[in-house]
Amino acid sequence: MNTRGIKDRGGDRIFNIVNYTLLMLFLIAVAYPLVYVVSASFSDPRAVISGKMWLWPVDITLEGYKAVFRNPKIITGFRNSLFYTVSGTIISVVLTLLAAYPLSRRDLKGRGIIMGLFLFTMLFNGGLIPTYLTVRSLGIINTPFAMILPAALSVYQVIITRTFFQSTIPDELLEAAHLDGSSDFRFVRDNVIPLSMPIIAVNALLYAVGQWNSFFNALIYLTNQSLFPLQLILREILIQNQMDMTNFGDVAQQMQRQNLQDLLKYSLIVVASLPVLIIYPFVQKHFVRGVMIGSLKG
Amino acid sequence: MQITSTGPTDPGPTVHQATTATTATSSAPVAGARPMSDISTVQRSPRFASFRRTWQLYAMLALPMLWLLIFQYIPMWGVQIAFRDYKARGGFGGLWTAEWVGLANFDRFFHSYNFWPILQNTLVLNVYSLVAGFPLPIILALALNYVTRTWFKKTVQMVSYAPHFISTVVIVGMILQLLSLNGIFNQFLGLFGFDPIAFMSKPEYFKSIYVWSGVWQSVGFSCIIYLAALAGIDPSLHEAAILDGASKLQRMRDIDLPGIMPVAAILLILNMGTLLSSGFEKIILMQNPLNISASEVIDTYVYNVGLASQVPQFSYATAIGLFKSVIGLILLLSVNWIARRFRAASLF
Repeated sequence: MNTRGIKDRGGDRIFNIVNYTLLMLFLIAVAYPLVYVVSASFSDPRAVISGKMWLWPVDITLEGYKAVFRNPKIITGFRNSLFYTVSGTIISVVLTLLAAYPLSRRDLKGRGIIMGLFLFTMLFNGGLIPTYLTVRSLGIINTPFAMILPAALSVYQVIITRTFFQSTIPDELLEAAHLDGSSDFRFVRDNVIPLSMPIIAVNALLYAVGQWNSFFNALIYLTNQSLFPLQLILREILIQNQMDMTNFGDVAQQMQRQNLQDLLKYSLIVVASLPVLIIYPFVQKHFVRGVMIGSLKG
Repeated sequence: MQITSTGPTDPGPTVHQATTATTATSSAPVAGARPMSDISTVQRSPRFASFRRTWQLYAMLALPMLWLLIFQYIPMWGVQIAFRDYKARGGFGGLWTAEWVGLANFDRFFHSYNFWPILQNTLVLNVYSLVAGFPLPIILALALNYVTRTWFKKTVQMVSYAPHFISTVVIVGMILQLLSLNGIFNQFLGLFGFDPIAFMSKPEYFKSIYVWSGVWQSVGFSCIIYLAALAGIDPSLHEAAILDGASKLQRMRDIDLPGIMPVAAILLILNMGTLLSSGFEKIILMQNPLNISASEVIDTYVYNVGLASQVPQFSYATAIGLFKSVIGLILLLSVNWIARRFRAASLF
């Protein structure tokens, strides 16, 4: 008995060593590309191409970032994305609350049917072309509305929010409010919303990140360059290699064209991901909570 | 009346409710103060009362329902163009006059020389993703669960969640940079004497690049849900197992793994439902004329023939999309049915 216990503890020690080693390797595998991209964005492109730069920046330069912020398209895209994200998030959060609260009330007649109408869209939808034709019929192609309205509501988030209401707003509170002659509007404004700040935060973050990162709606609904969000500009530069070098003037003369393009791409990747990655450590727990509430219902 | 428990608080004018309120509770003045209605209104009043009580809830629902109607149900209604020959260029305008063609659009797709390669790409890409991407978050969660050093656990979680928040465009941009001819990956291969490989132009590499970059991006975030399930396992099971001399590996296999199986089953069912449609946006971005033989899947084909083409074929593209949705729905429902039959977890 005793020897077995010792032997097993020995086995556990090996287990721990293997476990920590594997997790360490995993950590490196996930982090390395991120560190590499950030370092490359600060390094002389010749050092990057020759392989001298493999972890930390070599021959530090800020030319890539200067080029990014001198590019008027990127600046416009940044501004557009900011506008779409802020206005889209506000609309989405309000719509989600408006949908989720009534659906959390057991005395809502026809709740099952209305819920069914929402849930059905998760199983089946019209698909790309009919949705596109609908948006076109509305006449909002090439307007900011095309970026905001079609993606304004996520049924998944309505369900998360509804689950939150059902588990946190006690029935007694509603009864008391009704006894005081409070209407449902007032109850939502004075009682539900103050109690729901955590779920509003989760919703706002999920919608904001979704809107900031989305490119496909812009790709199909927008043709007017001045309305393009950042992601669409990124697609042109990073993926389609369309870069107007005339904007870089004398810098382009200093360095080889190809080198500057590579440097600018690395810098652009960093700049585009920065807004999300900066707030990410502070709001990580909200995202995790979003996943948790979502999993309550299975 | 659906909810009798809220009767006392409910100032509805029905005779029945008024009496309940008066006799049953101390809130009688509220109900008693209501004027009695005549016989004719009494007969239809329950519905009316219920509406009067909850009309504000319906008012709140109005906007979301309007959104649902416009952006979900009108497109669903528009799916009928899959069965018509629709060519108009002004929204749904010419829909009513478009000729019914039955299943001709579907027939054309099934007999197109593209059909089998596209179906094969779609299935292979998604099954590969599932096989590579499904077990790894489980393994990661099991491994993290036995890490006792909090700072290390927190660091791994923090770093591995981060790629989840990077946009698809940036991810693909990173892939292109790192795998380019003079990128870090080819530099690394060069150390072993390999010639640089143009990864993105070779169809044979497309699927692996797609799948493993996806794993890199999502494995951390996907493991959250398993970590939550592991945290929910009764600690007394582990205590008993330790007393019995079970090793950590045995506890992992016999306690942790069965403990997270229900969650894993539900996620597997959900993944089955998207077996034909995941990753569309990323594939569109990774696709180029050189790798299209490996990268053309149903969704990208719908986009390419329906919207990206010079001559958009709305009806044909809609038919292909509808075919995919229906297969997806059938897959989801049947996997769910099988799971329920074997008394495992099910969605509905």
